[in-house]
Amino acid sequence: MVPESYYVGLSAILFTIGVVGVVIRRNPLVMFMSIELMLNAANLALVAFGRRVGNPDGQAVAFFVMAVAAAEVAVGLAIIVTIFRLRRRLSVDDLSLMRW
Amino acid sequence: MAHVAFGVVAAIAVASALGLVLRRNAIHGALFLVVNLGAIAVLYATLGAEFLAWAQVIVYAGAIMVLFVFAIMVLIPGKEETGPDPRRAWRLLALPAGALLFLQLLFVVGGRRSTAATASPAVGGSVESIARLLFTQYLFPFELTSVLLLAAMVGVLLLARRKV
Repeated sequence: MVPESYYVGLSAILFTIGVVGVVIRRNPLVMFMSIELMLNAANLALVAFGRRVGNPDGQAVAFFVMAVAAAEVAVGLAIIVTIFRLRRRLSVDDLSLMRW
Repeated sequence: MAHVAFGVVAAIAVASALGLVLRRNAIHGALFLVVNLGAIAVLYATLGAEFLAWAQVIVYAGAIMVLFVFAIMVLIPGKEETGPDPRRAWRLLALPAGALLFLQLLFVVGGRRSTAATASPAVGGSVESIARLLFTQYLFPFELTSVLLLAAMVGVLLLARRKV
């Protein structure tokens, strides 16, 4: 059986890649996908810790994270589409103001 | 055998995550993310979380990624990241910062390995055990999730109206 620490280490790697992706990319869609990467890394750590502790609570919490991620993606993509409709550009460097 | 399988799936997950971050084309990034989500679903299955593995495939790789691909197609990407980056030096700072964050995570996680020597074999990840948990102990958060999804749906409809 593979020890849980391997899963948690993999989760740390994926989370770091997600953080770097949010910082180095300029496309808000790719930044959103990097956020999904981070959420998945956190979910993987939750499930791995749940197995270490020995009860399925971690999986229930991961399920809630999944539902919240779905809501977040829907709202975020709607906001991005609205901004694109108003500005005709899609680079986060142009979006430093909340109102213009 | 299990270690080899874990290594292969972990390598696929890391490689697809790097592909998402490093490829310029957003649609390629979305497809890499689908691969990454599938690999994580396989890892859930190896951890005994069968329900979560299926939910991952259905919710993430199915619903969320379709939404992403749809948004990418609508917004015509690929034009906005071709020019020279005006803040390249600042963005390159992300690499040492990311390395630092990774070391911190390893330090926090690896610091308490000694406490968990016992591998517990019987963690129910089936639909029945998760449902029992969701409908008894986590009933209130579960209902709150439904309210959250409804609010998100109404908000998206409001945002996506033609006349704002």
